[in-house]
Amino acid sequence: MQDEFGSGRVQKAPESFLNREGIKTVFAEAKKGRRDFIRNAFAAAAAGVAVPVALAQGNPVPSDGGDPNILQLPEHSTGLGQGVASDSGYGKPSKYESNVQRRQSPGLTQTTQASVSFAPLQSLFGIVTPSGLHFERHHQGWWDIDPSKHRLMINGMVKASKVFTLDEIMRLPSVSRFHFIECGANTAVDWGNVAVPTVQYTHGMISCSEFTGVPLITLLELAGADLKNGKFVLAEGADGSSMTRTIPMSLILSGEVFVAYGQNGEMLRPEQGYPLRLIVPGVQGVSWVKYLRRIKVGDMPFATKDEAVHYIDLQPGGQHRQYTSIQECKSVVTTPSGGQVLLDKGFYNITGLAWSGRGKVKKVDVSVDGGRNWRTARIESPTLPKALTRFNLDWVWDGKPAIIQSRAMDETGFVQPSYKQLRAVRGTRSIYHNNAIQSWLVQESGEVKNVQVS
Amino acid sequence: MFRFPKTVLASALLVLCGFSAAQGIASYPGVGRDATPKEVAAWDIDVRPDFKGLPPGSGSVAKGQDIWEGKCAQCHGFFGESGEVFSPLIGGVTQDDIKTGHVANLRATTFPGRTTFMKVATLSTVWDFINRAMPWNAPKSLSTDDVYAVTAFMLNLSGIVPDNFTLSDKNIRDVQSLMPNRNGMTTEHNLWPGKEFNGVAKPDTQNVACMKDCAPEPKVASFLPDFARNAHGNLAEQNRLVGAQHGADTTRPERKLGSPVEPNAMMKPVAPKADAAGGDAKQPTALLQKYICLSCHAIDRKIVGPSYSDVSKKYPGQVDYLIKKIQSGGSGIWGPIPMPPQKLTEAEARTIATWLASGANK
Repeated sequence: MQDEFGSGRVQKAPESFLNREGIKTVFAEAKKGRRDFIRNAFAAAAAGVAVPVALAQGNPVPSDGGDPNILQLPEHSTGLGQGVASDSGYGKPSKYESNVQRRQSPGLTQTTQASVSFAPLQSLFGIVTPSGLHFERHHQGWWDIDPSKHRLMINGMVKASKVFTLDEIMRLPSVSRFHFIECGANTAVDWGNVAVPTVQYTHGMISCSEFTGVPLITLLELAGADLKNGKFVLAEGADGSSMTRTIPMSLILSGEVFVAYGQNGEMLRPEQGYPLRLIVPGVQGVSWVKYLRRIKVGDMPFATKDEAVHYIDLQPGGQHRQYTSIQECKSVVTTPSGGQVLLDKGFYNITGLAWSGRGKVKKVDVSVDGGRNWRTARIESPTLPKALTRFNLDWVWDGKPAIIQSRAMDETGFVQPSYKQLRAVRGTRSIYHNNAIQSWLVQESGEVKNVQVS
Repeated sequence: MFRFPKTVLASALLVLCGFSAAQGIASYPGVGRDATPKEVAAWDIDVRPDFKGLPPGSGSVAKGQDIWEGKCAQCHGFFGESGEVFSPLIGGVTQDDIKTGHVANLRATTFPGRTTFMKVATLSTVWDFINRAMPWNAPKSLSTDDVYAVTAFMLNLSGIVPDNFTLSDKNIRDVQSLMPNRNGMTTEHNLWPGKEFNGVAKPDTQNVACMKDCAPEPKVASFLPDFARNAHGNLAEQNRLVGAQHGADTTRPERKLGSPVEPNAMMKPVAPKADAAGGDAKQPTALLQKYICLSCHAIDRKIVGPSYSDVSKKYPGQVDYLIKKIQSGGSGIWGPIPMPPQKLTEAEARTIATWLASGANK
């Protein structure tokens, strides 16, 4: 990814933007518009292919006294369905789900090999990211590597340099843990001002999986690593970029860092480093080296390209923070979110994701008035350290403009900052580690926009 | 299996005492073997800031320029200035920066962009990365002396070494002391997950979880302008067809309250994308992906090289000519930056050339 993201989209909102004078919504008019919408939705459905026939959330009673979807039994109720294993032995999502894709952000990069695709957070439930929708970040293209030919080498400050095959690594005692992985540049494009429309593009460089593998400390022990003087570990990939990052030994000693081959019950996807990737919980994704081929123990940091030229945080005085790694506590409302339309007034479940690179999420608060007042959301997923956490909040929309925000607190007591607080210490040119509170403006039309508030 | 936080500490202690965390087995017989010196030498390529790991060798600025123009300039520009494909490498540093070790332009909010040489503090980083990852489409193909030469050329472009300079393992430490941003890095922060650096104990933001009457009436300070409404494609097609919210049809203006909603594209799912990596290799666009042509060419706009639609307009029907140009490369017709010869089969080149000669349709 290029360092300088597109800017020039700054546009000051008029002072009267939130002036509620003139906002005199007649409920009946809204209802009328709503019915038109439903009628037209049916018209479009009739013309299209692979479109669900019933799109009527308003669910009005038709004039003839019954919904044809109920009164006229559909083919799937009256015919014979398909047989087992009819999809080449590997099941795929419904054809109606084809809008749910990972996507590139137009104009962000000039190549697809040094690029990123964003996970569709607006369409995901719970805390696990389906492996095929996991965000991608490649520095020099991805590969599908023959696992029988892949090797992991341990060298540097060790008694004996070692080589392991996948067969051997998979013989060792394994752990399975849920962790989020977030790119250090997630939400980077909005550091200075709003630049992208949806949560997919603002926050989609995060995903969460159950990873399975072997603690790195086990392999370091087998090589007789100098765990006292070897304070830094280099992780190196086998791809063209031979991606390298420095990992602190203290995190490895804690048992948290592991070499993973499994993801969500199957092997890693090739785009995620098949057959072996490093898992560094709480730390930005670039350190989770894919196609992991080598671990080197050393007594000083390695200053690799992606920790000496990129993934460094420019501060207002002109200094760069180097070796910034932890993804601090952050959250985002995933629905309703930018680019979506609320079809009507009434009840909605505000839902979103929270996470912290320092441990568990303790609490998430949600505001619908741009941060003036907050309510504590329900956390209704397992609360796991350094994993995504799902939160929900009941909300009845009255049809008036609303600014929805979420604010997470982690178990250290750290509270996710506002843009104002973050910019006060780090300026606006940092690119990385933007964990500011996100604002979504629900307009009277029901359309939701990405905004930043002062 | 979750063991945080106390049990993790306990198992870490066990590890330090020489027991493996899982079941107290000290070793795993039959798992792993010693690497041979030859194997270690093949992979142990990293070069640290103290230049440990740097192989002996040397390369001149002049030799570096030759290599640069043949293998690097397509993406990075003749002077490392290009931002067309990647972030610019060269530019923005001054002789004064070389004296102070701080790049002044990093403080100037008006300076457009941040080049590699404005940022990098450690020369080892440049050498190591070129050695391991460049050129972009043929990483690790440069000889040790070539890497020295290319590094020397970049140092020369940045005004750090003279035109007649030869960089070597003997003098690289002297050049390190001239790096323009060598004093530009700090580890005084709270974002390193360990105590290996003298970091800062507390996070740099301290928000509080206020619940009521926390802030004045908010004002919207930034949002996307109307002209960017459809810049990321139709958002209706980027949301599930059912659910509490649907996607906004951004091919149309935002509907006004109370106005009738027209039938819209919201209901049409997008066609599944072709498999980008493998796909149908007989398809020209799959071949363009496979051979990384799209790094320098796009269908309908100039990147480094001309757009495919421009090539198509210039050479309609000239399949054989286009095959030859794809396979042998060249420069001068579309500009000075050369296209290197492309290693693909005759049949593959023919597929692309036929597609180009017949209109280069998507």
